[in-house]
Amino acid sequence: MSGLVVRDLRVVFDGFVAVDGVDLEVAPGDIRFLIGPNGAGKTTLVDAVTGLARATGSVRFGDDELLGRPVHRIARMGVGRTFQTATVFEELTVLQNLDIAAGAGRGVLTMLRRRRSVPAAVSSALETIGLADLRDRPAGALAHGQKQWLEIGMLLVQDVKLLLLDEPVAGMSHDERDATGELLRVVSADRTVVVIEHDMDFMRSFANTVTVLHAGKVLSEGTVAQVQADPAVQQVYLGVG
Amino acid sequence: MKTGMRLSWRAGLGFAVGAAVLFAVAPVALSDFRLSLLAKYLCLAMVAVGIGLAWGRGGLLTLGQGVFFGLGGYAMAMHMKLADAGPGEMPDFMQLYGQLDALPWWWRPFANPAFALPATVLLPMLVAFLLGSLVFRRRVRGAYFAILSQALAAAMAILLIGQQGTTGGTNGLTDFQGFFGYDLDDPVNQRMVYFIVAGVLLLLLALCRQLMQSRYGELLVAVRDSEERVRFLGYDPANVKLVAYVTAAGMAGLAGALFVPAVGIINPALIGIVPSIEFVIGVAVGGRASLLGPVLGAVAVAWARTTLSEEFPAAWTYLQGLLFVLVVAFLPGGLASVARLVRRRRRPPPDPAPVSPAPVLTQEVTA
Ligand SMILES: Nc1ncnc2c1ncn2[C@@H]1O[C@H](COP(=O)(O)OP(=O)(O)O)[C@@H](O)[C@H]1O
Ligand SMILES: [Mg+2]
Repeated sequence: MSGLVVRDLRVVFDGFVAVDGVDLEVAPGDIRFLIGPNGAGKTTLVDAVTGLARATGSVRFGDDELLGRPVHRIARMGVGRTFQTATVFEELTVLQNLDIAAGAGRGVLTMLRRRRSVPAAVSSALETIGLADLRDRPAGALAHGQKQWLEIGMLLVQDVKLLLLDEPVAGMSHDERDATGELLRVVSADRTVVVIEHDMDFMRSFANTVTVLHAGKVLSEGTVAQVQADPAVQQVYLGVG
Repeated sequence: MKTGMRLSWRAGLGFAVGAAVLFAVAPVALSDFRLSLLAKYLCLAMVAVGIGLAWGRGGLLTLGQGVFFGLGGYAMAMHMKLADAGPGEMPDFMQLYGQLDALPWWWRPFANPAFALPATVLLPMLVAFLLGSLVFRRRVRGAYFAILSQALAAAMAILLIGQQGTTGGTNGLTDFQGFFGYDLDDPVNQRMVYFIVAGVLLLLLALCRQLMQSRYGELLVAVRDSEERVRFLGYDPANVKLVAYVTAAGMAGLAGALFVPAVGIINPALIGIVPSIEFVIGVAVGGRASLLGPVLGAVAVAWARTTLSEEFPAAWTYLQGLLFVLVVAFLPGGLASVARLVRRRRRPPPDPAPVSPAPVLTQEVTA
């Protein structure tokens, strides 16, 4: 397992500094929560790590430097993410979604042939995310929470070692949140997980460590209790927590 | 996998029916004149098959297929002109214009069928590869890609018109006598050309079906739906699009190559902006995402054009535009979706996805 090391990360949009010199270390196998008010730069940080946003500084995952590489190369190095609004391939079935996620390394001949059987990684992920009975449904017909699980399942079959999840439980019911949290625990057994989240209850239940971002900078870092006790954090969140 | 079996059985039946209609019914039922018209429509349908793949499945609005159709057509026409003229001779129109002393160097290789025949397909594919690499890697999207395609079609037509001495200009290349030694004035040989066209169309359909049902076909739809997401799964969407675009270009080139012996002419008016748009209209009318929709749409629109433009030449353009707008607005799936809509009416809708069962967490993660 590898950890994530971010050094002096800066992202600038037309003169506006969205991420302002962030240092971050996530240990292998950790479940790190990334919290902070809207506009703090959480999504932009994930965008920079995954190659979507141009950034300066350094982002290392294991021995590999990620900055400056195109998105699909970073993905192949074992870094996967989900999006704030669940993005699955709506017109394809659950099974097709997972099969595509599992296939970035396939050769030309395999690609040009039809899928004859379900790859083992795909059926195991179907069980893990609880969508085995719905595998032939179009992903567009899934409930919101199910789409989020499908996205996580896609990361599992993609065999990523670092998962970056952008607000995975937004819009979920209480039961769905708990189920998702349990899923994260299972997943983190042999992977490093970073979760962006607004929901404080969810964070308290499932976070291992927490980093608080504010205006593009790291405001506080530590365990849930340490962060909650930090006066600077209490000030930013004004009564929350 | 039971549904898969049934589907391929149905597809086999579909191909058999298609082959029976094209090879047994049409040659008996249609006059020589109508049959050669059908050959022309089937050539246009080949272009449509490729557009169905690139646009219907891949979301690439290919508004410049006339370029590839033209490349294939001119490559074949140049070969046939040189074959008509005989070894070492210049084609008739060059002698007529009298501007040239010798055959231009870029005409010469087309005298050899071993070069000309593959070139009808490979040349369009090469151009599509170069253009596609440039455009897809730079992430030019949607409207800009369409405008660029149109500009290329316009530029090619203008170039051909400007070089009358070597390309035949507005008149294009025509008055062909033979097709690989067969006299094209003989109705028997015209029939043979029709059979070749029909056979090639069926082959292209089979190829397209295989592509659509392969893993690549699923990936192509995924790229159409969400290119960014595909990139985060470790694929380069530019390559995925490139395959569909280059395949469609090859099909258009082959269509152009067969159009020349079937219709007896290739000229700039057949490959510029307007015909490029008309290719897409046929596909939209038929149903761009289905396999057969583009073929039926292309044939139907071409047939309507022949029939109506004889009687109301001015009205056809407007009628065609209206047809396009109506289909886009009210029937985005094209005529192919009508059958599906009817079927859905008859059958009760499937029950909606059960809302949010919790994930089963008893299994170990082995992925
Ligand atoms: N592509 C962009 N161009 C300009 N500004 C952006 C862009 N993306 C994000 N921003 C700005 O950067 C800041 C951080 O955004 P974001 O990372 O989305 O915050 P959050 O912590 O809520 O996820 C916000 O002020 C946002 O308006
Ligand atoms: Mg955000």
